[in-house]
Amino acid sequence: MGAPIRTRALTKRYGDLVAVDVLDLEVRSGEIFGLLGQNGAGKTTTILMLLGLTEPSGGTARVVGFDPARRPLQVKRHVGYLPDAVGFYGDLTGRDNLRYTGRLNGLARDEIEAKIDHVLEQVGLSSRADTPTDTYSRGMLQRLGIADALIKDPDVLILDEPTTSIDPIGVVEILDLLRSLRRDRGMTILLSSHLLGQVQSVCDRVGIFAAGRLIGIGTVAELAERFGDGAAHIEVTFARDQDTEGAPDARASLAAIEHVSTVEQDAATSSWHVSVRPIDQSGAVREAILRAAVEQGLRLTSLRVLEPSLDDIYRTAVAGMSVASVTTEVGA
Amino acid sequence: MTTQAQRAEMNLAGRSAGWRIVARKEFADHVSSARFMVLLLVLGAAAIVPLYFASDTIRSVASQVTDTREAFLALFLVSPSSVPIPNVFNFVGIVAPLLGVAFAFDAINSERTDGTLPRLLSQPIYRDDVVNGKFAAGLAAITLVLLAVVGVISGFGIVRLGIVPSADEVVRLLAWLVLTVLWVSLWLAFGLLLSVAIRRAATAALVGFGVWLLVAIFGQLIISLVAGILAPVANAGSLEEALSLTALSAAIARILPLTLYQEASAVLLNPTVTTVSTPTTVGQWQQWQQQAQGQLLSFDQSALLVWPHIVALVALTAISFAAAYVMFMRQEVRA
Ligand SMILES: Nc1ncnc2c1ncn2[C@@H]1O[C@H](COP(=O)(O)OP(=O)(O)OP(=O)(O)O)[C@@H](O)[C@H]1O
Ligand SMILES: [Mg+2]
Repeated sequence: MGAPIRTRALTKRYGDLVAVDVLDLEVRSGEIFGLLGQNGAGKTTTILMLLGLTEPSGGTARVVGFDPARRPLQVKRHVGYLPDAVGFYGDLTGRDNLRYTGRLNGLARDEIEAKIDHVLEQVGLSSRADTPTDTYSRGMLQRLGIADALIKDPDVLILDEPTTSIDPIGVVEILDLLRSLRRDRGMTILLSSHLLGQVQSVCDRVGIFAAGRLIGIGTVAELAERFGDGAAHIEVTFARDQDTEGAPDARASLAAIEHVSTVEQDAATSSWHVSVRPIDQSGAVREAILRAAVEQGLRLTSLRVLEPSLDDIYRTAVAGMSVASVTTEVGA
Repeated sequence: MTTQAQRAEMNLAGRSAGWRIVARKEFADHVSSARFMVLLLVLGAAAIVPLYFASDTIRSVASQVTDTREAFLALFLVSPSSVPIPNVFNFVGIVAPLLGVAFAFDAINSERTDGTLPRLLSQPIYRDDVVNGKFAAGLAAITLVLLAVVGVISGFGIVRLGIVPSADEVVRLLAWLVLTVLWVSLWLAFGLLLSVAIRRAATAALVGFGVWLLVAIFGQLIISLVAGILAPVANAGSLEEALSLTALSAAIARILPLTLYQEASAVLLNPTVTTVSTPTTVGQWQQWQQQAQGQLLSFDQSALLVWPHIVALVALTAISFAAAYVMFMRQEVRA
């Protein structure tokens, strides 16, 4: 089978407003793909078209091998969906709500009950399963929404802002759950988010959306290379007492390492900020720093890679795009 | 390759089941809801109270009639002479719209405001399954209420007054029930239309009850005013003129679906009613007098008489439902 999600020149217009602009997107089987973009970028609109919940103005989509505009039922049978502002029937319990979804998916009675217990366990809601969803917090509703999307045992999971109302520890749990679904079940996952830093650890690839257009797609590292400054960043901290007399030494020994382009000291924390160029030499440089520290008797207290922040990437990408569109306008 | 066949099979199974699953859930919601209990109690009381006051009248009717064939139906036809309360079918005619609107005004818009609509529509069911299922559930709930009311009235007649229905009366009662369910369907479909067209459930309820008030109370007032101006029967010079003006005013009155329902009810429940209009004018009164001397109508004859009414009610229901349906199909999933 080909890619579980693929779009060709997919477009959605609301009157004059182009919400999604000639989108070509491909999500590969068994990957976690992040759709990133600011409010109003067109993430939700794209997702609705992928599910056949909104008719495209142009272009086509193919999800699990079917065109969602023509065969929405086939798509919906194999795709689990968490809407962005998910809601449940407040007077029913979490379990009852999930049971209804199970029935709508044509599952057998005992199959449903087993499935409900399993998915509630997965999202960590077992203890509240039998209270009405009126009494749930926003984050609990979101967890129940993920459970709801999993009831049908989907091949593809589409999650619109799955982590927005979930607490930091909860986010880690949810992302772990997504990883295990991908690993154990081979599920393909598409998630949207505007909290770039929050989901970058889980995404195999990300697509950056701005004003309905995909302005960048690839792994975080690839995007960092393309839109970032082309360097990897490493933070090195030595024990405090060495700072005064060891400082010049530390700077010299860090700068001497091959592929290190700049070395700067952070005035507040007195740790060293090392940039590595090209970006893929980051591992070799880290090894070299450890070796140098041992050889020169520097007491290393911490060494960590500063992940290229997608926020930064996003900012440069958007800036680049607006410059590009300005130039085309001038050209035209 | 086997999955392809299995999927096709599931497809067939899933096609018919979608609306039933929706209906089952909605029906369960309805019968456990406060509004169902309230309506059941109010209607139960509303059925018992006029009967209680009318029982003397009914008893005397039953004793006068040598052929007691229509004594049982008198339970539904006779209004109490001591207190100004309408008889059962007039009462149902006025209350049924309220039932219809009450069970449908929030059908779709509440799914929207609760954020359950995108989730519901992302399940493998067709969009029309949602509308159909909700309509079916509302209809089932209201039919249950109506059956309960008719059961209470019949039970009262059989136990308290000792009137046993004949086969013909049972058939007429069932036909009237079907007519009433149709009457309710019209309002249910109208309520559904409101729930699709108006985003806020409270506004939809207000509009629905407003239209109900207009139809049930002011409607007849307005229609009789209009009829009085367009067809002033009192000024008629000849009997022929009076008759034609009467026919015109009856036609004007039939613009109101309530008139359709009440006329059809009167004919179905009362074998002595041989015309669809009530004898309020000289001509019709004479006609009615002449015919009243003769035979009672058989059920077939009565049914034939109200056939156009039933067709009109079905058409109105179909139009409301289709409007709700088309509008829902075209709406964005997002609020
Ligand atoms: N029903 C509608 N009618 C008109 N315009 C709409 C409609 N729905 C969405 N839009 C517009 O389409 C654009 C894309 O909206 P969309 O909801 O896809 O953004 P998003 O990326 O999901 O944003 P967010 O992060 O806020 O969820 C927005 O400019 C929005 O105003
Ligand atoms: Mg969105």
